[in-house]
Amino acid sequence: PPPMECIFGLVGDGFTLLVADASARRSVFLYKQDEDKIFPIDEHKAMAVTGEPGDTTLFAELIQKNLALCTLRVGVPRSPHATAHFTRAIMAENLRRSPYFVNLLLAGHDKDEGPSLYYLDYLASLQKLNFAAHGYGAFFILSLFDRYYRPGMSLPEAIKVRTNPAISSLLC
Amino acid sequence: RVAMSIMQYNGSAVLAMKGKNCVGIASDLCFGVQGRMITTNFRKTFRMQEKLYLGLTGLATDVQTLHERLEFRLNMYKLREGREIKPSTFASVISNVLYAHRFGPYFVEPVVAGLDDTNTPFICGMDLIGAPVTPPDFVCAGSNTEALFGTCETMYRPDMEPEELFEVLSQCLLASIDRDALAGWGAVVTIITPEGSFTRTLKGRQD
Repeated sequence: PPPMECIFGLVGDGFTLLVADASARRSVFLYKQDEDKIFPIDEHKAMAVTGEPGDTTLFAELIQKNLALCTLRVGVPRSPHATAHFTRAIMAENLRRSPYFVNLLLAGHDKDEGPSLYYLDYLASLQKLNFAAHGYGAFFILSLFDRYYRPGMSLPEAIKVRTNPAISSLLC
Repeated sequence: RVAMSIMQYNGSAVLAMKGKNCVGIASDLCFGVQGRMITTNFRKTFRMQEKLYLGLTGLATDVQTLHERLEFRLNMYKLREGREIKPSTFASVISNVLYAHRFGPYFVEPVVAGLDDTNTPFICGMDLIGAPVTPPDFVCAGSNTEALFGTCETMYRPDMEPEELFEVLSQCLLASIDRDALAGWGAVVTIITPEGSFTRTLKGRQD
């Protein structure tokens, strides 16, 4: 798997915060610093992707467009839970054919479920979590969040955690 | 990155034991990636029917996929047959599904535990290509089966009542996962009796 950029997310009081770094790199080369890795699925869902460069955009757009089609056909958007399982199913089906080397975090908000965050790694293991991270940054973020995260954080508190110097340095 | 067998990429432990007219099945709760813990509420035992539980160890993605596939097959069976499946039949179904992928297997080692229609306890373990074994006492699977076998062999005795079975099952599992770097972070134990079943969550060493 190629060197991974950092994405992370956390669930707060009525919201999910999704953060992605903005660099596009290949080993020692930094191509750009304004890469947008967060793909909106609809008004209440977004997906942050990291991993193999072509696969990420391809997979994210595949999910985006398929779910848009679903919504047009059915008339009602899928819940974050259904979206996460749909995404996992696509990834799992392709795992033994032509795998997508994509790690992603799916953030959503639903009237019934409330705010949610789903972690999906490139092997299609899906977990619903309060906070999650992908990439080398995860080594630090998981421990930092174990210390600083509380369930039901307010947005200002969450931003304070996000702007914690240790975490910010992971995003440059 | 540490080089690990694919069966140890995620880390897991499942144990099933027979008692007197009851069975127990237990698993750890950790979901980790190459030793790093991601979450501590990923249970690997699934209720398939009121008196039939399935435990799946190995690669987490295949645990999830296989659980979904088997649940689908069980639902189809129920619709076609109009009745619930017997544990021994279910074990054969799993064995068949796994061997169908003999040269590109699911990286899981399933454990089946249940009571059949005469309330006789049934347990079965399998390897990743579906070779079944139905021992008279207990079945272990996971990233550190040596430890599991050790504790079970020592502490198991036949014809245990449900509460006793729960105690022995819990202690065996907790002791073994404490010796396994990849599994742990708590455990969940289910005991199935003719009257019903109960599930309890254990808090073990959080490392």
